[in-house]
Amino acid sequence: MSSAIPYTVETRPDTGLNNVKLGIWIFLASEVMLFGSLFAGYILLRTGNPTWGKGSELLSVPLATLNTAVLITSSVTMVMAWVAAMERKLGKFRLYMGSTVALGAVFMVVKAFEYQAKFHHGAPPSYSTFMACYFTFTGLHALHVLGGMIINFYFGFPGAKMMATDPQQFANRVETAGLFWHFVDLVWIFLFPVLYLLNFQAPPA
Amino acid sequence: MTHAPTHDHAETGAAHGEHGAHAEHHELGFWRRYVFSVDHKTIGIQYAVTGLLFLLFGFSLMMLMRWNLAFPGKALPLLGKILGDSRMPGGSMLPEFYNQLGAMHGTIMVFLGVVPLAVGGFGNFVVPLQIGAPDMAFPRLNMLSYHAYFWGGVVMLGSFFVPGGAAQGGWTSYPPLADILPAGQTWWILGMLLLITSSLLGAVNFITTIIQLRAPGLTFWRLPFFVWAQFVTSFLLLLAFPALQAAGIMQLMDRVAHTSFFLPQGLVVSGQVLKVSGGGSPLLWQHLFWFLAHPEVYVLILPAMGIVAEVIANNTRKPLWGYRALVYSVVTIGALSFVVWAHHMFMTGMGTVMSTFFQTTTMIISIPSVIILTCLILSLWGGSIRFTPPMLFALAFLPMFGIGGLTGLPLGLASPDIHFHDTYYVIAHFHYVVAPGTLFALFAGVYHWYPKATGRYLSTKLAHLHFWPSLLFINGVFMPMFIQGLAGMQRRLYDGGVAYTHTAHVLWLHKVISFSAWGLALAQIPFIINFFMSRKRGALAPDNAWDATTLEWAAPSPPPHGNFAVEPIVYRGPYEYSVPGHAGDFYPQFEPGPETVSPIPGNPEPAHA
Repeated sequence: MSSAIPYTVETRPDTGLNNVKLGIWIFLASEVMLFGSLFAGYILLRTGNPTWGKGSELLSVPLATLNTAVLITSSVTMVMAWVAAMERKLGKFRLYMGSTVALGAVFMVVKAFEYQAKFHHGAPPSYSTFMACYFTFTGLHALHVLGGMIINFYFGFPGAKMMATDPQQFANRVETAGLFWHFVDLVWIFLFPVLYLLNFQAPPA
Repeated sequence: MTHAPTHDHAETGAAHGEHGAHAEHHELGFWRRYVFSVDHKTIGIQYAVTGLLFLLFGFSLMMLMRWNLAFPGKALPLLGKILGDSRMPGGSMLPEFYNQLGAMHGTIMVFLGVVPLAVGGFGNFVVPLQIGAPDMAFPRLNMLSYHAYFWGGVVMLGSFFVPGGAAQGGWTSYPPLADILPAGQTWWILGMLLLITSSLLGAVNFITTIIQLRAPGLTFWRLPFFVWAQFVTSFLLLLAFPALQAAGIMQLMDRVAHTSFFLPQGLVVSGQVLKVSGGGSPLLWQHLFWFLAHPEVYVLILPAMGIVAEVIANNTRKPLWGYRALVYSVVTIGALSFVVWAHHMFMTGMGTVMSTFFQTTTMIISIPSVIILTCLILSLWGGSIRFTPPMLFALAFLPMFGIGGLTGLPLGLASPDIHFHDTYYVIAHFHYVVAPGTLFALFAGVYHWYPKATGRYLSTKLAHLHFWPSLLFINGVFMPMFIQGLAGMQRRLYDGGVAYTHTAHVLWLHKVISFSAWGLALAQIPFIINFFMSRKRGALAPDNAWDATTLEWAAPSPPPHGNFAVEPIVYRGPYEYSVPGHAGDFYPQFEPGPETVSPIPGNPEPAHA
């Protein structure tokens, strides 16, 4: 018997999935639990703390709105890249994948400016539990963005050779990277309102 | 990457017996074959051997602790000098060092010993074989899992040598204490993050493999119970571990960036108010930790139950009693294990409503556990039992796990837990589950699948020398702890609690326990000798070493890269032993032939292919 692993590219008839697609969804389930645990912790800390104090007014809503738009746009370009990969159009694929990576970089640069401003204005993570949550949650999210950018860059440029040799598997891989990228985007959609928009200032005693 | 080179003789040596010819890959160098291997069998053996070594190391830490408990303050000859003045000045143990040993014993046994052996070792080696797959779904990810685990272990071991020594806050690392401990605690968190990564990647791989790579004809209701157990275990690892990951990241922030996730306002340490913003909650850690750590208990026990089920069916020569009940129970346990965690927290003052909820769910989860144990015991009824080495360990598992499980019930109820909490009773309870319970099952697994991995049996004589003293001494270790615990002896006291008068009458038991523990160590020597000697000198085993029915026995021993000589096709359920009208007392899943209906009630009905 050949030792090639079945269903790496083709779909298993009774499950309707290939291995990678099932694998990434299962992985994302654990990611949901990771960020879910952080949000659950946030709720417990917030409700258990009578003096939540300064929170969202320390953050820059315009910059975060810009970043939200940047990430959503990058999700669109990611889908376009996947479509191009399925159509086996290398130039178009590289354009969209490059845009996705570039938009991810824009997000990171804006985030870096925000972080720097917080440190500059004397609100580092140790300033309050809110700032601790802000830095930890967005920091972990930023690490995910960075990871997604590295994966996307790899598929977009050095790894794109595979489009010629094994186009179907390549399209599957791009789809998988896309699912991860959309998930990272989705996490931000939760982080943005919870950290920036909800004004949790404690009522005057 | 994973494509095996074509072997000219693969077809001819395919049948049975002639396995030496294509067992090795001369194309791969030492590093690719033994260190960076992507073959699930090699990775499984890597996990198993590393896990066994960590079990031995974790056990050694405990033997050191037992010295101070039996003879508090007395100088330990020889070894005391070697460990140096920062740990054992003049040969007698510092309390801080005792705490390091305690914290690391728990961490190592659970995260570096049992889980890697049960899931990483047996899961990796056996699951793809039992489902008739050539390998895991993601072989390179599998390699990464092992390496993350390995480096997590290195970080944990390294933490003994940083200033202030290893983590001292118990394996539970409760803050605020854990937030203000020396640097070893940071290493503990980093090590845990690596181990969590390893487990998550492994879980993704196992779930995908079991869903996608089952051989033709192998429906879910024809899966061996061991595969079901690993399947549920993987979901527990996948969904519970991220909670500890999140908690670990927060504790890391507390320690490194001086945040206050787990530090309340106005915390006083050594007479000084801690300079932090405060506003955090130590209870948050406990919730997140136990959200992982209770499912983790089932991660420790479910694969063990799976192994015992395989061994019992094989050695009673009859189908498992209540296969479907077993499967439903294991799935129910998996689901319920996510809603019982706060029974570890009855003493935290979280309130009676919470306690009521969690003691109710805890009582409910005992039902499927009892069903599993009952099915396994009833499987013995009317069987023609072969007392092989794996069967001895599997049989010992049943009463030992029974004691561990039943003594847990009073702990799961909020009011008796007030008395038992943090006493030796708790230690006795969970050790009965994981030591003579899980560990005995894992030994059963080693004896059962060793012929598959090496092509040779382990020596039966040495196995008896291993089994009987182990059974005796392990009960000598844990049974007295029930007595001490009922008397109210507190755990985690470095001198065993010599100062407390209410437990003075049970102090002498410390010596019984310690000598039993050292005796238990001696009882492992025959196993170690057996494990290494039999690789070259053990009796040769045929491919189907135990006349078993499941798919792993269709492959050559040891299985070559790609596992099966011909792609296996599955014709029937996993435990068709002593089928009426069929020659011989076993009817393998992979043997072509008509469907059969087992006469034993509760056995899986043959699915229609």
